[in-house]
Amino acid sequence: MHKFNPYEPTGPLENRWEKHLFDLALIAPQNRKKYNIIVIGTGLAGASLAATLGEAGYNIKSFCYNDSPRRAHSIAAQGGINASKNYQSDGDSTWRLFYDTMKGGDFRARESNVYRLAQMSCNIIDQAVAQGVPFAREYSGYLANRSFGGTQVSRTFYARGQTGQQLLLGAYSAMSKEVASGRIKHYSRSEMLELVIINDRARGVVVRDLVSGEISAHTADCVVMCTGGYSNAYYLSTNAKGCNTSATWRAYKNGAYFANPSFTQIHPTCIPPTGENQSKLTLMSESLRNDGRIWAPKKSSDCEKNPNDIKEEDRDYFLERMYPAFANLVPRDVASRALKGICDEGRGIGAKVHNQRLGVYLDFSSVIEKIGIEKVKEKYGNLFDMYERITGENPYQVPMKIYPAPHYTMGGLWVDYNLMTTIKGLFATGEANFSDHGANRLGASALMQGLADGYFIAPKTVANYLARNQFEEIDDNHPDVISALDSVRARIDKLMNAPKPKYSPDYFHQKLGRVLWEACGMARKKEDLESAIAEIRKLKSEFWQNIKVTGLEKDFNQTLEKAGRVADFIELGHLMCHDAIEREESCGAHARLEYLSGNGEAKRDDESYSHVSAWEYSEENEPILHKEHLHFEFIKPSVRDYK
Amino acid sequence: MNFILHIWRQKNADSKGDFVTYQVSDIDSDTSFLEMLDQLNEQLIEKGEDCVVFDYDCREGICGACSLVINGYPHGEKNATSTCQLYMRDYANQTELWIEPWRARSFPVIKDLTVDRSAFDRIIQAGGFISASTGSAPEANSQLVNKDDADAAFDAATCIGCGACVAVCPNASASLFVAAKINHFNLLPQGKVESKGRTIKMTSQMEQEGFGSCSNHRHCEAVCPQEISISNITVMNSLC
Repeated sequence: MHKFNPYEPTGPLENRWEKHLFDLALIAPQNRKKYNIIVIGTGLAGASLAATLGEAGYNIKSFCYNDSPRRAHSIAAQGGINASKNYQSDGDSTWRLFYDTMKGGDFRARESNVYRLAQMSCNIIDQAVAQGVPFAREYSGYLANRSFGGTQVSRTFYARGQTGQQLLLGAYSAMSKEVASGRIKHYSRSEMLELVIINDRARGVVVRDLVSGEISAHTADCVVMCTGGYSNAYYLSTNAKGCNTSATWRAYKNGAYFANPSFTQIHPTCIPPTGENQSKLTLMSESLRNDGRIWAPKKSSDCEKNPNDIKEEDRDYFLERMYPAFANLVPRDVASRALKGICDEGRGIGAKVHNQRLGVYLDFSSVIEKIGIEKVKEKYGNLFDMYERITGENPYQVPMKIYPAPHYTMGGLWVDYNLMTTIKGLFATGEANFSDHGANRLGASALMQGLADGYFIAPKTVANYLARNQFEEIDDNHPDVISALDSVRARIDKLMNAPKPKYSPDYFHQKLGRVLWEACGMARKKEDLESAIAEIRKLKSEFWQNIKVTGLEKDFNQTLEKAGRVADFIELGHLMCHDAIEREESCGAHARLEYLSGNGEAKRDDESYSHVSAWEYSEENEPILHKEHLHFEFIKPSVRDYK
Repeated sequence: MNFILHIWRQKNADSKGDFVTYQVSDIDSDTSFLEMLDQLNEQLIEKGEDCVVFDYDCREGICGACSLVINGYPHGEKNATSTCQLYMRDYANQTELWIEPWRARSFPVIKDLTVDRSAFDRIIQAGGFISASTGSAPEANSQLVNKDDADAAFDAATCIGCGACVAVCPNASASLFVAAKINHFNLLPQGKVESKGRTIKMTSQMEQEGFGSCSNHRHCEAVCPQEISISNITVMNSLC
C-alpha cells in the first residue's frame, strides 16, 4: 500500500506547483516510447491526457464504453469553463478563483490542489482556442465572458450552451491526431471490469469487448482512471445512461481509498420528472440563472393556475428574497435546498410525482421585455429549443419549470497532489477523483478541472512516476493477470445465472435510486440513512438471487452491461450512506438535517470534520475510515454567506 | 397509448436480418421514443428473450450515439431533433412504427439497430484537427477572430457525428459530416493554416472508407439534428 499522504509541497502557495514541477523527474524524449500507459475513459480528462502523453511520445492504450471517444458525457456540459483571465477587469485573479472555489466547496478541499487548478485555468483557454474551440466572441473579436453561480465576476468562457461539446471535440481531435500517429491505440465499445495489480502496483486492466463479449487483459506500466462520476447511483440523474462507477469501484475494491462518497451535487435547474418510467433528467444550464428569475406562488392555492395568470404580487421570488446579494446566482447547493424547501411547503408546481408537485418557475419575461426576444434567442436559443422539445412548452411564452436533480459527484477516488491513488501506479483524474471541489462544486469548474488534470497536471506526474520506478516485464500468463481474468469471468457467470432470475437490472436500479434520493439526496438524517443502509443490504442480496439477464454472455448484450453496473452502484450506495452518517455536520451539498442553522443553512463543524473522509475497503467488515486533515495556511474558513 | 413496432432484428454483421413485430401498450404520452423501447425491452426480459440492441447515451441530443431510421426517416420525421429527443406525444395512438438501423455500406450493422460508425473516427484521425500540441498555445486573445466567423465556425462545429446524413443520402455520402469539420477549422485563423492539406486528407479517407460522393440531393441538411448547412460542402469543394 502506497502511503496515505497527500504529499503537498510546502512554501508559498503561488510557487508550489512550479517548485514541484522542478522536483518531478523527467524522461528524455527518445526513451518515452519504452513506456506503456493505460487510460480509461475519453471524456475531457481522458482524451486530453491521452493526447498530451501521446504527443510527448509515450505508448498509450485508451478505452471507452461508447462507440466513439467523442461521445463521452463531458460532451453534454452546457454553460462554460472558468478562467481567471480577468479580461473584464472586474477584480478577478488567480487568488480570487482559488478563494471562490474553496468557499464554494465549503472549505472541504485541499488548498494546494485548488490553487494549482486556478493557476492552470488560463492555460486551458489558450490551449482550447489554439485547437479551434469556437468560444463566444465580442464584435471586437475578443473572447466573451459571462458570470456564473457563486461568484461576482465574469470569468466564464462559453460556446453558446454547448461548451462541453466544443471542448471535448477539441480534446477528441487532439487525441485523434495521436491515434493517427500510432502512439495511441484506442479501443471503443470496451468496458474496464478489473484492475490488474502486481507487486502492489497497478499494472493493467481487464476489459470486456462489448460487441463480442470477449474478455481480455491489457498490461502497462501504469493506469489512469478518467472515468467520470457516479450520479447514476440515483438512477435518475443528468448523466448519460452509460455513466457508471464500475472502474472506480474496482479500484476501491482493490485497495484505492474512496474519498467523500456522500458529496454529491444536486443541480437546481433541471427539467422536473413527469412520470414513473422516465429514464433520465435533463439539465438546463445554470447560465439561465443570469437572466431568469426563479419564483413560486405565494399561495399554494395558486399552484395549479396558469403561471401567466398569477399576479406579480402573488409571486415569491424566493432566492431574491432570501439572498439579496447573490439572489438567483447563489451556489447550486444553496439554490437546490431553497427549491426543495418551497416544494416541501406545498408551493411546488407542475405534475405530481409520488404525490408531490416538484417544480418552481424559471421566468424570462422580464429579460425578454428588457433586451428583446432576439437577444434572448442569441444567448439561450439552443437551451430554449431543447426545453421545448422535451416538455412541449414554449419558454418564451410560459416560464420554464425546474427542479433539482443529481448532476455531479465531488466525491471520488482519493488522490495525492500527484493525482495518484493509494494504489501505486494508479492515477485518477477529472470527476473520477475527489480532489478540487470540496463539498460543493461551483458552476463552470468541472470542465476546468478535467482539462487541468488531463492537459497539464497528470502528464507531468505520470512521467515522474515512470521515471522513478523500475518495471519488470509481465506476460499475459502472469498469475495475477490470470486471476484478474478469472474473477471477471466468475462475476459475469454469476450475473448470467442467478439462482432465481426474476427482475431486470433497471428494476433494481430504480429501487436503489429511490432509496438514495430519499435518504442521501438534498436532505439527510441519521435514522433515514441507517434504514437506507438496511434496505440497500436487502436489495443487494435480492439482486444476486433474482437478477435476470437474458441473451448471451459472448454477444452484444446491453442487459448484461447494465447488470454489472447496477451491482456496483448498489455497493457504492451503501458506502455513500455510510459516509453521510459518519459526517455529523452539514457542509456544502451534504445537508444533515440535525446540523442546520436556524434559517436552514449548512452548519459546518470545523473542530471535528475539517477533513477528507477516505474509505478503505474491507472484505469482511465495514469500510475503514482514514482522515486527511485539511490545513488552511492561507485562507481562513468562514461561514459561507451569500446574503 | 399503444403502438405496433416492426423492429429490425439481426444477430450480427454476418447474418441476415428481418423485421419482427412487437406491441407495446399503456405508454404515457410524455414517454420518450427510447424510453418506449426501454419498456419493450423490459417486456422481452420478462419473457426471457434477448433485448433489442440500440445505441444511446446522453438522451439529450448531444452525444450523437442514438440513431434509428423511423418510418423511413433517420431520427424520425421531426425537424432538428435526434431520436432521443422524440416523444410519443408526437405520434398518434396505434401508429405502426418501422424501426431500422442506419443503412450504408460504410456503416455495417453490428447487431439489431446498432451500426459501426468507426469510419467517422478514422476520417477525423486523417486530418480533422489543428496540430497544436499541449502547452504550445499563445495567449488566447493574441489572435482576434471576427464574431461572424466565430459564430459560423460554431454552427459547423456543432455536428454530433451521428451519421444521419449518411443514412439518408442516396449515395451514402459523408460529405456533410466531413465538410462541417473542414469548414469549422477553415473559418478560424488558427485552423486556416492547415486547411488545404486537411481537406485533401479527410476527403481521401472518406473515399477510402467507401462513402459515396455528393450529388446535391440535400437530404442530409433536411435530416441533420443540428441543422448543419449544406453550404459547408461548397466550401469543402472549393478547398479540394
